[in-house]
Amino acid sequence: MNTPLKFDSAGEWLKGIGPSSDIVISTRVRLARNLVGHLFVNRANRRQQQEILARCRDQLAGAASTDHALWVDINQADELDRQLLVERHLISRQHARSDIDLPRGVAIGARETLAVMVNEEDHLRIQVLRSGMQLNEAFEQINRIDDELEEALEYAFSPQWGYLTACPTNLGTGIRVSVMLHLPALKLTGEIEKVRRAAREMHLAVRGMFGEGSDALGDLYQVSNQTTLGRPEAEILADFQHTVIPQIIAYEQQARQALLRQRPTFLDDKVWRAWGVLTHARVLGTDEVLQYLSHLRLGVNLGRIQQIDIPRINELFLFSQPGHLQKLTENPMDQTTRREARATLIRERLLNRS
Amino acid sequence: MKRKCDKCDRPATHHSVEIIKGQKIEKNFCEAHAAEEGLESTPHKPINDVLKDFVAVQSGGSTADDVCCSLCGLSFSEFREHSLVGCPECYKAFASLLSPLLERAHEGGNHHVGKVPRHAGRIEARQVQLIRLRQRLSDAVTNEDYEMAAQLRDDIRRFEEQAS
Repeated sequence: MNTPLKFDSAGEWLKGIGPSSDIVISTRVRLARNLVGHLFVNRANRRQQQEILARCRDQLAGAASTDHALWVDINQADELDRQLLVERHLISRQHARSDIDLPRGVAIGARETLAVMVNEEDHLRIQVLRSGMQLNEAFEQINRIDDELEEALEYAFSPQWGYLTACPTNLGTGIRVSVMLHLPALKLTGEIEKVRRAAREMHLAVRGMFGEGSDALGDLYQVSNQTTLGRPEAEILADFQHTVIPQIIAYEQQARQALLRQRPTFLDDKVWRAWGVLTHARVLGTDEVLQYLSHLRLGVNLGRIQQIDIPRINELFLFSQPGHLQKLTENPMDQTTRREARATLIRERLLNRS
Repeated sequence: MKRKCDKCDRPATHHSVEIIKGQKIEKNFCEAHAAEEGLESTPHKPINDVLKDFVAVQSGGSTADDVCCSLCGLSFSEFREHSLVGCPECYKAFASLLSPLLERAHEGGNHHVGKVPRHAGRIEARQVQLIRLRQRLSDAVTNEDYEMAAQLRDDIRRFEEQAS
């Protein structure tokens, strides 16, 4: 790819650092913005789309707050590179689609904590990603970038509806806060419904990070706000910071303590079975890898296994994805050879460095 | 028989049917002229979209009383299909139609509270004028009226400079 991004290590936000990082994997804040005096992306013709792209790209390149972000022209990037960017949460699936020929790109900040998509659903989708529970830090950074870009670009805005967005569900503040949580104990004790209830009371959505439906693969859940109109940013952030996330963390901690006290053998069996399979299997699918990595991560956080640390497990969550696997082994693969390559890669990473 | 491009003799690869004020307007372009028209961004329409277009053509006049945005031309039924509006002005054009949807999506919220851009005051008045100028520029380039295009480019530049 035309980028010096390093795909053989995880971005800063997967490093397993920051407050509550045993449970909170990452914090993400994104803002949807559109330029004044232009049609939205879906209605603009190609010439207009190119003009929007050029203006945004130039501003992003010159802005001090974006720290000389790296520009990736998505239309020029091949399929594998796009997939890698999706797996690293730097662009959306929509932005990666190969069946649309829209002039579009992404500016990626150093250490991958910042990504600004241009010409996705809105002219600008600014995103800041942090490891652990770092909501205020993430918001402060994104707000600074937003201020600087606004000076030069001017955003479509109305006093009644706020920042104007292509989809009415983003109207107003245009803010989407998402916190990614690892909740293996609540899953094992069958109490995940508690999380959904806590979130629902605050009008927040809970989704599995991987896979559709109620079964969250790898026990990774994403909690995000739905409301963007009629509530200020500070209130939305406060709901996460002071109410919902502390509550979910407390539930997960209680469940972990209950497992330790009441079912230590059951817990150890899950942890060591995961270690056994991941270090010995010769063929592994994505779904089972995510499940075993989850149990391994729980084991490390509860001090039941010392053979591996959190950053390495977090990294394997990423490396076992199809795009990364293909990139790391430098080999385009069909599904069968991919399952073999996945088992080999995981075995080597777990054993050689332990 | 294969259709020819509306603008040259090459075979048309891009076809579109639009309904404007109840009138059906068909367009056929070759690869190069489709690009000029900004049509090539959706070369492979999903099959259900094609079907919807078909239904719209068949039912003819039923879309005529549809509310349309005066600035970008998006109709409310098009909005319903894709859940996306086309420009800032759409929110005014569809205000009463959107209001129940907004309240459902935002816990009853229907008025912005929160961050306001530093230049919010002057933005509202400008956004419609700027889009209109850009649309005229686009038309001028399409019609190869380069004198008009140059004039409009100057106007847009002046307009932008005034503000900053």
